[in-house]
Amino acid sequence: MFKGQTILFPSHPVITSSAAVVGPVEGKGPLAEDFDKIYDDLLLHQDSWEKAERKLMLEAAKIAIKKSGMKSEDIQFYIGGDLMDQIVSSSFSARQLGIPFLGVFGACSTAMESLALAAMMVDSSKATAVLAGTCSHNASAEKQFRYPTEYGSQKPPSAQYTVTGAGASIVQAKGRGPLITSATIGKVIDLGVKDPFQMGAAMAPSAVDTIEAHCRDLNIAPGEYDLIVTGDLAKIGHSLALDLFAEKNFPIDQTTYKDCGLMIYDIEKQEVQSGGSGCGCSASVTYGHILKQLQAGEYEKILVVATGSLLSPLTYQQGESIPCVAHAVALQRGRK
Amino acid sequence: MADKQMDEQHYKKIRKKRDPGRPVLRNCVRAFLAGGTICLIGQAIQEAFIHWFDFDKQAAGNPTVAVLIIISVFFTSIGVYDKFGQWAGAGSAVPVTGFANALSSSALEYRSQGLVLGVGGHMFKLAGSVIVFGTVAAFFIAIIHWVLGLLGIGGGS
Repeated sequence: MFKGQTILFPSHPVITSSAAVVGPVEGKGPLAEDFDKIYDDLLLHQDSWEKAERKLMLEAAKIAIKKSGMKSEDIQFYIGGDLMDQIVSSSFSARQLGIPFLGVFGACSTAMESLALAAMMVDSSKATAVLAGTCSHNASAEKQFRYPTEYGSQKPPSAQYTVTGAGASIVQAKGRGPLITSATIGKVIDLGVKDPFQMGAAMAPSAVDTIEAHCRDLNIAPGEYDLIVTGDLAKIGHSLALDLFAEKNFPIDQTTYKDCGLMIYDIEKQEVQSGGSGCGCSASVTYGHILKQLQAGEYEKILVVATGSLLSPLTYQQGESIPCVAHAVALQRGRK
Repeated sequence: MADKQMDEQHYKKIRKKRDPGRPVLRNCVRAFLAGGTICLIGQAIQEAFIHWFDFDKQAAGNPTVAVLIIISVFFTSIGVYDKFGQWAGAGSAVPVTGFANALSSSALEYRSQGLVLGVGGHMFKLAGSVIVFGTVAAFFIAIIHWVLGLLGIGGGS
């Protein structure tokens, strides 16, 4: 069942367990207590950044499975993706997990893309338990998208710090945990931002578009949610989203509007420029922190909007602007 | 299409207001201080070679650069140079230490992909441009120098 861009889940699939694993910088941030595991070593005792990223993903998936009380054989499908070329972090994790795997790519929007797909499978009774997850690593992202990690280039204040972290969740037909009520699949929006150090600014219009579409499709006001949280717009993107909402007379002030990129770090004290970014940003904040708050009764209904910039090093070197997408998943407090 | 261009233009205006931009003045001051300090250290090393190791002024240049390169590679390896670079900007990028950092950081980063395809293939990923355009610039300067010499302008050699 769908309305416009929004898919409804009348059976209300449940997130029966979730886990977040992060690196050292995130472990010193304000949400440290909510993460399942914090690694003090950026390499996670591996011999390459890429292997370290895989380990994050695998660890998050394993913890989520363990928390659910199931075994990996009980889970029918694993839906995941990441920022690495050919999404190797996810597929290599799948090799270890042995769960039938569907690889997806939505850059940093993958967290909600995979969750929405998992909810669709469960809601349509095609599966009873699906694992969804994503990850990113600061150094592997720097290496692939920017410069070698030890290269002394100066980043502008608008730059964002890729989160070293992974988040995984298990969606089941029945059980205890937050309920998934609907998901809005975003359109790819490009307002001509070309500078890869302006990710927040590039992604903000896509977040606004998806949030608006969600409310329009369901004929609700943003006040329907106690919290609307975007994935990784960080300081500049967050304020630009507010500007765009104001311009469209969209009453975002009815709700609390936050951004995971601003929540995961103390951006005044930690050297992360504008804030966090990466697949692991919205994944670790949502699966580690926000779901706990939701179940604790802090919120009743929330909308998580993961934002992704769909660029590659090749496209921006060829002077192309950055297309962006945002996917939203609506969650509601469920049985404890 | 016209609509899209209008949207882009309009968004550009909004973006400008929110973009803090690079703190140019602060960056210039820091670059001056950091770059100057590196050069001062270089000068001190050069003097040391002249006074204690009997180099003449010209010959002392090579070992001085070598020492600066070793220092830069050392600080790159222990993960300090990139943090210094964030503070110093051009101050740490322009002197020879920046060039050494570009080479050694690339070598370190691609070590996991093997010695030949990794280190060898990627070491000049960043520094390659400097060498290419440095050589091209030197070529044109040499031509200008030669032409001026023919015309009898400048000292020539």
